[in-house]
Amino acid sequence: MRHIVSLLMENEAGALSRVAGLFSARGYNIESLTVAPTEDETLSRMTIVTRGSEEVIEQITKQLNKLIEVVEVMDLSEGEHIERELMLVKVRAEGAARDEMKRMTDIFRGRIIDVSDRTYTIELTGAGTKLDSFLQAIDRTLILETVRTGASGIGRGDRILKLQDR
Amino acid sequence: MELTGAEIAIRCLQEEEVEYVFGYPGGAVLFIYDALFNQDKVKHILVRHEQAAVHAADGYARSTDKVGVALVTSGPGVTNAVTGIATAYMDSIPMVVISGQVPTSYIGEDAFQEVDTVGITRPCVKHNFLVKDVKDIAVTIKKAFYLAKSGRPGPVLVDIPKDISLAKTEYEYPRSVSIRSYNPIVKADPAALKQALHLLLEAKRPMIYTGGGVILSDAAKQLTELVRLLGFPCTSTLMGLGGYPETDKQFVGMLGMHGTVEANMATQNCDVLFAVGARFDDRVIGNVKHFNSVPRKIIHIDIDPASISKRVQVDVPLVGDVANVLTEMLALLKASKHKTDTAAIAPWWKQINEWRGRNSLIYTQSTEVIKPQYVVEKLYEITRGEAFVTSDVGQHQMWAAQYYKFDQPRRWINSGGLGTMGFGLPAAMGVQLAHPGAPVACVTGEGSIQMCIQELSTCKQFHLPIKVIALNNRYLGMVRQWQEFFHGNRYAESYMDALPDFVKLAEAYGHVGIKIEKPSEVEDALKEAFARKDDLVFMDFRTDPTENVFPMVPGGKGLSDVLMAEDI
Repeated sequence: MRHIVSLLMENEAGALSRVAGLFSARGYNIESLTVAPTEDETLSRMTIVTRGSEEVIEQITKQLNKLIEVVEVMDLSEGEHIERELMLVKVRAEGAARDEMKRMTDIFRGRIIDVSDRTYTIELTGAGTKLDSFLQAIDRTLILETVRTGASGIGRGDRILKLQDR
Repeated sequence: MELTGAEIAIRCLQEEEVEYVFGYPGGAVLFIYDALFNQDKVKHILVRHEQAAVHAADGYARSTDKVGVALVTSGPGVTNAVTGIATAYMDSIPMVVISGQVPTSYIGEDAFQEVDTVGITRPCVKHNFLVKDVKDIAVTIKKAFYLAKSGRPGPVLVDIPKDISLAKTEYEYPRSVSIRSYNPIVKADPAALKQALHLLLEAKRPMIYTGGGVILSDAAKQLTELVRLLGFPCTSTLMGLGGYPETDKQFVGMLGMHGTVEANMATQNCDVLFAVGARFDDRVIGNVKHFNSVPRKIIHIDIDPASISKRVQVDVPLVGDVANVLTEMLALLKASKHKTDTAAIAPWWKQINEWRGRNSLIYTQSTEVIKPQYVVEKLYEITRGEAFVTSDVGQHQMWAAQYYKFDQPRRWINSGGLGTMGFGLPAAMGVQLAHPGAPVACVTGEGSIQMCIQELSTCKQFHLPIKVIALNNRYLGMVRQWQEFFHGNRYAESYMDALPDFVKLAEAYGHVGIKIEKPSEVEDALKEAFARKDDLVFMDFRTDPTENVFPMVPGGKGLSDVLMAEDI
């Protein structure tokens, strides 16, 4: 099962390597990992997309909680949540393909953010599956470069991951 | 008053009432050694190898309820210490390791004796710190002690660059410290506690399985009271020995790969298993699938939520400090009208006593060649079960665990999780320093002892009258045993040729050495050794090279697949 785990951790040097080290040391897999500081500059928020059985995911959240610098952990997939990923794609856009590429970008509600005589750079946001679909929908031989951020996730409504008062 | 970082570090150790620091000086820690030199509250024990410094601090911690402290230099000082740190980590031993680092401006330049200490030790510490500002030293060391000792204990490393140890700042030791992201749970959920007790009292085939958590939490008293009140059989892992008195009739011996038949069969066949500060390790329950093939309810006390349902699914988790949880359980049991139905569990006891009747620790005595088990039995008799016994890793470790009956906690000191050869002698140094005048035996083999034998020199310098009991069978015995059983008698590199003359070696280090070759000499040699209260005595027992450790659950098999000597 695919799970999306969110965590808050101290915004300190080395905290990221503890999380990454935990995954490699215990043989858990990471599909994607994103991290950046939050509005509280002492905290970073990380989103990890991983796969595993229920037992493995339970161990992952427990082991993450055990890291001293990890403040809060939530398995977003346990409830209603939203996830988004940003992708930048540079494509060859010449001749007939130039119009077709613009049309596909519009259909997928993407934006062309850089233009040259021969290329477009397209920005696309959405769930990972939408980004995959876009790449399948266009002529693959025209893709020059792709870069994806990995998923960021947030709970719906009142599901909030924040520093708890203890 | 302004103090240097080095002076602050030593002041912090004084504040933490550290009695001994085990260490080895070097370039990056010179200022810290200077600060040590200028005071006499914290005593320094100079080892001969950094691995031994950490093992000695570890032995000190295991035999007391205090935090062990080691001090090493950067680079090779740290890499040598890693084996010791990993050993402590696997067995959850409270420890603070202070390491020197190259000056901050040199970090990352591949400076002389530079390694990424925080990176190298990250997977084998509870936590580690690199101090980048002298103002942070005091609070970091305070945090290190707090983390090492609280929750599930473990080693914490503080890496101090040389320039930080020289820089000056105002010194004040924080009275307390809190870490917002670290809140260990110490009290179990009351509802779960009630549920656990109900399950235990309804059991027809109950079994209590205890581990190192009982020792770490100083819960032997509560455990003993509860087990007696319940009237249930009790077993222990290698790490938990001494948590419940081994000579008590409710104790069915150690379980696991070399556990007794009764302990293993009862653990496999019980209907309610109560795990107390234990973690269902592969050397304890063997194959998980086989273990799960028998339905049973499991209650599990552990301070680390990540230990619960890690290898086996737990029905009633009790997350909390073992001593705390047992105290509450005792109060609940005493207040309850519901008690153990002795008649209902009588058939279970009858079954256990039948298994016990197989006498699985029996061995064939010889008049010609010394049986290693016999040496441990005699050691037990002569020390009246009161010695502190450290061990290395291998056959001798299992025999010591099987034949020395520990009635008290913190007397049996061994590397259970990591299985570190070379642990025994340096650990014994820490134990002897913590307990001056007490009998301390290091049960070892001719293979293991050579992994840290340089510490005989440390023992001389600090007058540590340890009794080294080397069960010398000229083989890496446990390797040889597995080669005999599972590798068609192909003894690849398990025979130790060109062994030193251990008697002469002991003498060269300034100690007493005795070679014992006949069974008839065993008892007198041990008596003579323990009578020499001020001397380290190295006893080279020439034991039967063909002897194997039984019972045995082969790797990957289940607890009821236990083999006895007669099965081979």
